[in-house]
Amino acid sequence: MMLTGAEIIIECLIREGVKVVFGYPGGAILPTYDAFYKYRNQVHHVLVRHEQGASHMADGFARATGQVGVCIATSGPGATNLVTGLATAMMDSSPIVAITGQVPRAAIGSDAFQETDVTGVTLPVTKHNYLVTDIHELAYVIKEAFYIARSGRPGPVLIDVPKDIQNEKMDFVYPEEPVRLPGYNPPAGATEQDVQDALELINNAKKPIILAGHGVMMSGAMQQLRELAERAGIPVTLTLLGKGAMPEDHPLTVGMMGMHGAAACNYAIQEADLLIALGMRFDDRVTGNLKTYSPNSKKIHVDIDPSEINKNVKVEVGIAGDLRTVLSQVLPGVKSNSHPQWVGQIRDWLEDGNERDILNNYTGTKLLGAQVINDLWRYTGGEAITVTDVGQHQMLEAQYYPHRRPSTMLTSGGLGTMGFGFPAAIGAKFGMPHEEVWAIVGDGGFQMTMCELATAVQENVNINIAVLNNAYLGMVRQWQEFFYDERYQSTPMVNPDFVKLAEAFGIPAMRVTSRDQMAESVAFARNHQGPVLIEYVIEKEEIVYPMVPAGADLHNMIRRPKPGEKEGATA
Amino acid sequence: MSEHGAHSSKHTLIALVENKPGVLNRVASLFRRRNFNVDSLTVGRTHKPHISRMTIVVDTQRTSARIVAANLKKLINIIDVNIVSEHPHVSRDLALIKVRTDDVDSRNAVTEVCDRYPARIVDIGTKVAIVEITAQEDIVESLIEDLRPIGIVELVRTGVVAMGRGIRIMDTDYEPPVRVAAQNGLERYGV
Ligand SMILES: Cc1ncc(C[n+]2csc(CCOP(=O)(O)OP(=O)(O)O)c2C)c(N)n1
Ligand SMILES: [Mg+2]
Repeated sequence: MMLTGAEIIIECLIREGVKVVFGYPGGAILPTYDAFYKYRNQVHHVLVRHEQGASHMADGFARATGQVGVCIATSGPGATNLVTGLATAMMDSSPIVAITGQVPRAAIGSDAFQETDVTGVTLPVTKHNYLVTDIHELAYVIKEAFYIARSGRPGPVLIDVPKDIQNEKMDFVYPEEPVRLPGYNPPAGATEQDVQDALELINNAKKPIILAGHGVMMSGAMQQLRELAERAGIPVTLTLLGKGAMPEDHPLTVGMMGMHGAAACNYAIQEADLLIALGMRFDDRVTGNLKTYSPNSKKIHVDIDPSEINKNVKVEVGIAGDLRTVLSQVLPGVKSNSHPQWVGQIRDWLEDGNERDILNNYTGTKLLGAQVINDLWRYTGGEAITVTDVGQHQMLEAQYYPHRRPSTMLTSGGLGTMGFGFPAAIGAKFGMPHEEVWAIVGDGGFQMTMCELATAVQENVNINIAVLNNAYLGMVRQWQEFFYDERYQSTPMVNPDFVKLAEAFGIPAMRVTSRDQMAESVAFARNHQGPVLIEYVIEKEEIVYPMVPAGADLHNMIRRPKPGEKEGATA
Repeated sequence: MSEHGAHSSKHTLIALVENKPGVLNRVASLFRRRNFNVDSLTVGRTHKPHISRMTIVVDTQRTSARIVAANLKKLINIIDVNIVSEHPHVSRDLALIKVRTDDVDSRNAVTEVCDRYPARIVDIGTKVAIVEITAQEDIVESLIEDLRPIGIVELVRTGVVAMGRGIRIMDTDYEPPVRVAAQNGLERYGV
């Protein structure tokens, strides 16, 4: 069959099962857009308003479904606008394939109009990238790109396709043979010795704790994790991206660890005699000062990426492998056990946290961010897919919206990309059309990508947007309050009227200023098909507690004082 | 075992890589991004046209050689990585050293120093001479120090290449695939 390079691109996307792509046209990618016209009944193209949005949508789609998300852009500025989204996906191991147009081969290197060295620019923020130089390579490259993106430790892959290759024709046969890459062999399972070493530690620990991360969900090891925890009686603490790895209402799930994690979890990590780290990577946001990190514990680390083992934290047993496979190997040897005293100790710490919890002590009248999130949890039955932006509201979501199901809390953890939440929520909804999807965003981050309101309207995407408006870059303001003597340089914001703004896009909107409107606001959002925006006007100077200051010891948290205690007490 | 001596924090890695454009760039970018300390990096062809071989000497004071190797292995175009300095191996560095020979004393001194090393004078004139040496890195370094007082005016080194001793063979059976769908274009690949 004689096909153009552009048609081959789409034939290959269809073979990969792609039904929706997020993109923006331009000169160097126009032949492919013409092919999208031809295939418009097979692949739906979502026109975004900024290519960054396309990359986050592909990412949100990927995180929600576990499938590869696809975004597409033209050369030069189109491609460079994808970079933030690629870096975001890279840091959080999210599988996306980005296709960019490039100037014709003959013009490469001549500083042609809209020419950028896109493979050069994106090299450090992609798992792999390609510049296609021959139409006969095109189908293989696309097949490899999808394979690389979704296998092993997933990540973004970019394919740069010169315009003349998109126009060229060849007699096309789809390459049915499986991808074979000599230098790419994601590790499979553990050796017998690894299994024995791990069991020795697991079966003899007195104060063990499991640190569960994103990898649990990527590998589909939720059941195995739960079995391990239940059989050996080991409490589980979650990373930010690990939320959903274990139901948060499970009696052994003790909460989130790290900078804004539950103090109980951080104390437990510091006190433990065994850390079992599963599909997490000891990011500085969860370890604090590495020199004093969990000083008395032996450590087991399982991760699909061998370069993560012993990178930040030295471990006794390091296993590079697929978590579900490894846990299945380990489970038969795990002895039935319980650690009532240890779990009781953690419960006591949790109780102390409850006594400090603002939800249990607040006497003011202003609406709190914590209340908004907790009520969203309550009125959505804890069953929504929430997609957050970055800042205080993100940490509040992590603290006050417990999730029961995997991949229902999507957030930019590694890169902390403001502007991620809203477009990623659109992508998630495309992937999971039958789920209730809420974008939970701050007033700052929302303004970075709010142009996608137009996309949401054009596509009639049925999502709910909760803007937590504190008129501040709240998280930065919090740092300024703690560490810069309340010098609020460049954090107060004069904001647009978000309700009017939404209405200008044709989006129903509501402003909420007090807690008794919370139930109504959720009902309002649910009653509208298509995008809805709710602005929650919240307390301006709320603080997210506890907080491990950057670089501090994990147990040296700034805690919220108990009623009657003095402000600023640390424990 | 290591030719670098017991107290050295240097390690030598060998990488077999696909002979494709941009691979060197990926390796260089990795080292810069991960803040690995590279002493030298050489790349050249092997007896197989589709495989190139890199020898990389890294300072492993901050990062272990295993972490460096694991990161290299993550690059898709890198087929295999081996920390050759963990086992008996041969390593060689080649240097061309241009020294001053504009009087009798300096000329005699150069000849005398070269006699003590596996070095040759490959070019000599009334002003300068070029000394060539191919040897282990520390011997090359020692020669350079001995020539320095005479007056080095130009110097170039290839960087270390290395190979494991004995039957420990670093090779790959990878052959580039013959691609059915690309039949019309095969001639472009010389297939
Ligand atoms: C693109 C980007 N720029 C800057 C930052 C630094 N930053 C982290 S949180 C934050 C404030 C976010 O403010 P807002 O979106 O209003 O959320 P809030 O903290 O008030 O809930 C900033 C500026 C970032 N994470 N990402
Ligand atoms: Mg804000």
